[in-house]
Amino acid sequence: MTGSTGRLNISGLEISFGSRQVVSIEDLRLDHAEILGLAGESGSGKSMTTLAILGLAHTVGATVSGSIALDGQELTGLPQETLRAFRGRRIAAIFQSPSTAFNPVYRVGTVVTKALRLHGATRSEASDRAGEAMRQVLLSPDLMRRYPSQLSGGQLQRVAIALAVALRAEILLADEPTSALDVTVQAEVLDLLRDLRESIGMSILFISHDLAVVAELCDRVAVMRHGLILEQGPASQVLSAPASPYTAELLDSVPKLASAT
Amino acid sequence: MTAGLTAGRDLAGIPPLLQVANLTVRFGPVRAVDGVSLDVAAGPFGLGLVGESGSGKSTIGRAIVRLVRSSGGSIMFAGQDVRALRGPALKMYRRNAQIVFQDPDNSLDPRMLIGTTIAEVLRAHQVVPRTAITERVAALLAEAGLDPAFAERYPHQLSGGQRQRVAIARALSVQPQLLVLDEPTSALDVRTQAHILKLIARLRSERKLSYLLITHNFGVVSELCEQTAVLYLGKIAEIGATKMLLRAAAHPYTVALRSAVPEVNVAGRRSRIVLPGDPPDAANPPSGCVFHPRCPLAVARCRTEVPELRDAGPGHQVACHRAEDVLAGAQMPTRRRPPAIARPEGAAGSEHL
Repeated sequence: MTGSTGRLNISGLEISFGSRQVVSIEDLRLDHAEILGLAGESGSGKSMTTLAILGLAHTVGATVSGSIALDGQELTGLPQETLRAFRGRRIAAIFQSPSTAFNPVYRVGTVVTKALRLHGATRSEASDRAGEAMRQVLLSPDLMRRYPSQLSGGQLQRVAIALAVALRAEILLADEPTSALDVTVQAEVLDLLRDLRESIGMSILFISHDLAVVAELCDRVAVMRHGLILEQGPASQVLSAPASPYTAELLDSVPKLASAT
Repeated sequence: MTAGLTAGRDLAGIPPLLQVANLTVRFGPVRAVDGVSLDVAAGPFGLGLVGESGSGKSTIGRAIVRLVRSSGGSIMFAGQDVRALRGPALKMYRRNAQIVFQDPDNSLDPRMLIGTTIAEVLRAHQVVPRTAITERVAALLAEAGLDPAFAERYPHQLSGGQRQRVAIARALSVQPQLLVLDEPTSALDVRTQAHILKLIARLRSERKLSYLLITHNFGVVSELCEQTAVLYLGKIAEIGATKMLLRAAAHPYTVALRSAVPEVNVAGRRSRIVLPGDPPDAANPPSGCVFHPRCPLAVARCRTEVPELRDAGPGHQVACHRAEDVLAGAQMPTRRRPPAIARPEGAAGSEHL
């Protein structure tokens, strides 16, 4: 913990396409070893927020103003070359579809070691750390010799997480990382994220439209709609006594197993 | 939401609308579906097919609507042998049995107006006279909960949920008795999913539909299906009343699948069964019970002897050597979920921003 401020602090963040503002976040904080859920539907601005944190919003034509600070260091406005030292290395990201996150013509091990080399590891360091990270996400290092098409969706998502682990990322932005997976595989990935928070103190921004998943994993929740944060607070509080009718509706939408009994 | 399930309806004596017996589908050496038998009662009735990727659930649905060729077994629809249908009889069958796919982006032609997409079906099957087509398109869109003015739009101008409603309206245009719903909500947000499930519940009672609902999520079948079949690697692991499978499952896989479904209200209080690894490769299935490499209760017998599907109670069948132990509450290794709100030390008081 770094006192009362979090590891990642966002304030007065505004993201626009031309004159149309798509995200406006007063205040959002991610603490050390915390899992923060950012819940909302398609179009709520949650993925744009991820891109802005990664310093990639301009690649889709958006402009960003306001403050995004990592351990007190301001990230907005940094030149891309400087940002590169943060992106991947300190702030990693995983996305909904792991199959599109990997280049299909490279072995997954090549992707992981290449990223490590770009961030300064020697060849042998890179391969050691990649193998170690694979074990940390409960995969056999042998799988690194395979191509993305030879791995299941759950395995690929774990390789993507292994990359973040190998880079010793402090913050993981997880954008709907389990939405494309079977429920059983989803359960495993959620367990893994929880483990990483406990074992290496990773801070995780977990983005999802599914409040049941958020309820399982997250310490705190921020509910987003139309680019605004409607409410945020401890998961227990927001999910048991939502202040916003929209949160209540999202909660209601989760299919109830109990109703069949 | 209650779908008005007719679980109590006495179906004995009424011949089922669809009878699938010993169905096998092979893709080369791979048995994607391996000896599956199912009955679907006349509507309103829902049968859930639940399983992970690779379980064969979608292939069963496609074989039933004749989109993939089955290699063995029989599919009887209202007394007709579906596998033998040709020409006009097959076309007639396609009116009676329709399918809705997971991803409406791929099942709607991006260059065709919504109205044209639906009108094409009405014309091909001569459902209504030509002069009545526009009117019928409007009525179908309205029935699916869409503004009839959407007929003049293209798929990309609609949201994912709206596109799925169009796909449902198109399937309904030929007045089918049977719908195969193949993961109809998996590509949608949870709130949109709830709306589509409500639509299915309404159509079910208004149109007296029978349907197969294919999904990997037990939560989705719990409100819409009287019966559920749990599939694993092309075989039925367990089949019975949905309520019973949720309350007292006899197969360890069913128990694990159910426990994997995230729920809002029980977070931190329930433990989840650990199911190690991914489903095995259907091209190279394990010996004995195909589930044994991942099964927490597997014993020596499970590695050598294939469990037959057998009765576990009234209308309840299971393929597991250890079903009695599961029903008696055999303990499976669990992983306790930490309380969802376990805050690291020192965080108290910093919640309000």
